[in-house]
Amino acid sequence: MDHDSYSDAHIRGILNTVRTIAMVGASQKANRPSYFAFKYLLERGYRMIPINPGHAGHELLGQRMYARLTDVPEPVDMVDIFRSSRHALPIVQEALALKPPPRVIWMQLGVRNDEAAALAEANGLKVVMNRCPKIEYGRLSSEIAWMGVNTRTISSKKTTAGGIQRLSLDRSSMRGGSTEAAAAAERARRED
Amino acid sequence: MSERIPGFSTLAIHAGAQPDPTTGARATPIYQTTSYVFESVDHAASLFSLQTFGNIYTRIGNPTNAVLEERVAALEGGTAGLAVASGHAAQVLVFHCLLQPGDEFVASKKLYGGSINQFTHAFKNFGWNVVWADPDDISSFERAVSPKTKAIFTESIANPGGVITDMAAVAQIAKRAGVPYIVDNTLATPYLCKPIDHGADIVVHSLTKFLGGHGNSIGGVIVDAGTFDWSRERRYPMLCEPRPEYHGIVLHETFGNFAFAIACRVLALRDIGPALSPFNAFLILTGIETLPLRMRKHCDNALAVAQWVVAHPKVAWASYPGLPGDRFHNLAKKYCPNGAGAVFTFGLKGGYEAGVRLVSKVNLFSHLANIGDTRSLIIHPASTTHRQLSDAQKIEAGAGPDVVRLSIGIEDVEDIIGDLDQALAD
Repeated sequence: MDHDSYSDAHIRGILNTVRTIAMVGASQKANRPSYFAFKYLLERGYRMIPINPGHAGHELLGQRMYARLTDVPEPVDMVDIFRSSRHALPIVQEALALKPPPRVIWMQLGVRNDEAAALAEANGLKVVMNRCPKIEYGRLSSEIAWMGVNTRTISSKKTTAGGIQRLSLDRSSMRGGSTEAAAAAERARRED
Repeated sequence: MSERIPGFSTLAIHAGAQPDPTTGARATPIYQTTSYVFESVDHAASLFSLQTFGNIYTRIGNPTNAVLEERVAALEGGTAGLAVASGHAAQVLVFHCLLQPGDEFVASKKLYGGSINQFTHAFKNFGWNVVWADPDDISSFERAVSPKTKAIFTESIANPGGVITDMAAVAQIAKRAGVPYIVDNTLATPYLCKPIDHGADIVVHSLTKFLGGHGNSIGGVIVDAGTFDWSRERRYPMLCEPRPEYHGIVLHETFGNFAFAIACRVLALRDIGPALSPFNAFLILTGIETLPLRMRKHCDNALAVAQWVVAHPKVAWASYPGLPGDRFHNLAKKYCPNGAGAVFTFGLKGGYEAGVRLVSKVNLFSHLANIGDTRSLIIHPASTTHRQLSDAQKIEAGAGPDVVRLSIGIEDVEDIIGDLDQALAD
């Protein structure tokens, strides 16, 4: 798996099939990116489970918070890691101990840990790093285009609008992930 | 769901647009509305705090304008765009997001006269200090950089003189200085040149010119390349620090590689206010659909007219980078291989009086202060746009007394040349 440039099919396949997402590092502070993403994905119909040891037993947007993944009493399809890159490996190790294990490990925008990714992939999990599922959902549904974002998708089909714009993700993609320039800049930064 | 990259002409027609979700309308509707109903109080709260994507008020975003924004971003290869009321407005918003009072930016001194005015006068009042550099001497950009420098600004093809900036070289200097490189790509359009491919971090346009292309709407756009590392360069508080306007969110953390476009929208456009009319956005979008066809014809006509002009006995010189032997010809081949644009200048042996006489005698060319119309346009800068400058400043800006600027339209080239021929005749 090329972790510099994901195909939209890879991302779309994940977002179209996972139902339950455990977010490690979900914050109760309404100005943090994790809160934004948690709320957005919850509104899009995903079952969201917040993981944060500092707030175990409390609720985030009506969802009970747990201290660690292994405390979650139900199967989880995807673990979304909202912690710094160096914390990703033990979280993946903990995820692999779940029964059943999740199908997807997702590391947030700015989070990349190739060792953790390799471990997850060796165990048959799909991995996405350095992306935000909220942004990817908004991009593939074209909802984010309202903010002028280049979704790199086109469609000649009429979409159906419903509720808070729960739009189809199934559009024609021009290329995966990022623009060429942004992807090249990202690679150059990592090689610095 | 094949993942292939559509060609430029396909993007010019399709990027950003799709049939209207409610009516099925295939052309992009003009959403002529000031505001948008909320689904619920919570939805409203989510929108105002940037937690979800959607429309609030047309000063901040509009679905017609959004199609235009995505389309130009796609054509330029950027991550996001923001359409605004004019090219000048685009520049105000960009610098508002980058500079604090007392900061500096380095700009090429070969720029559109309106930008020279804006940088020299209006920006001075904001405490944003321009330091000029010379695109003929790239090292002058390096020398102009100081610890207060927050950005470097050039045009791709400079107006009016046909100067082509060595963007890759300027981009290297910006990179070493740790500042974003802003390129005004108005004269080239992304059809002829994509500054992001040459290291630009931010691209701005006057949509009024070739992108809209029909001389009917003023507009501007900002494109975020998604290449600048706001998290490493901590000197940009609009991007890197918790924003009191939005309960302390940090934009680059929340929006990643399109954070600059979001900053321009939610901090600069929201609070400064130069919103684009959705009707103008519609006209400009319709123009962009034919951009590839028009630019091809503009460039073919411009080259033929430049060849004719330079051979005319009353003409002292012509400055068109598409002409072999022009001092910018090699840079044109590197940066604009499909054509050197359609705006160029030439000098009349008869000086100021001959320039005034020419603009008075044309019948097909329109004597006005614009470029990038389907129609051929002519202006004598010394008696009009650059009139208030001193003689020395006029020459420095490429607008000496003998200079005439043409913007070649897409009429039949024989008629364009015929009009110049009769106007130059005794």
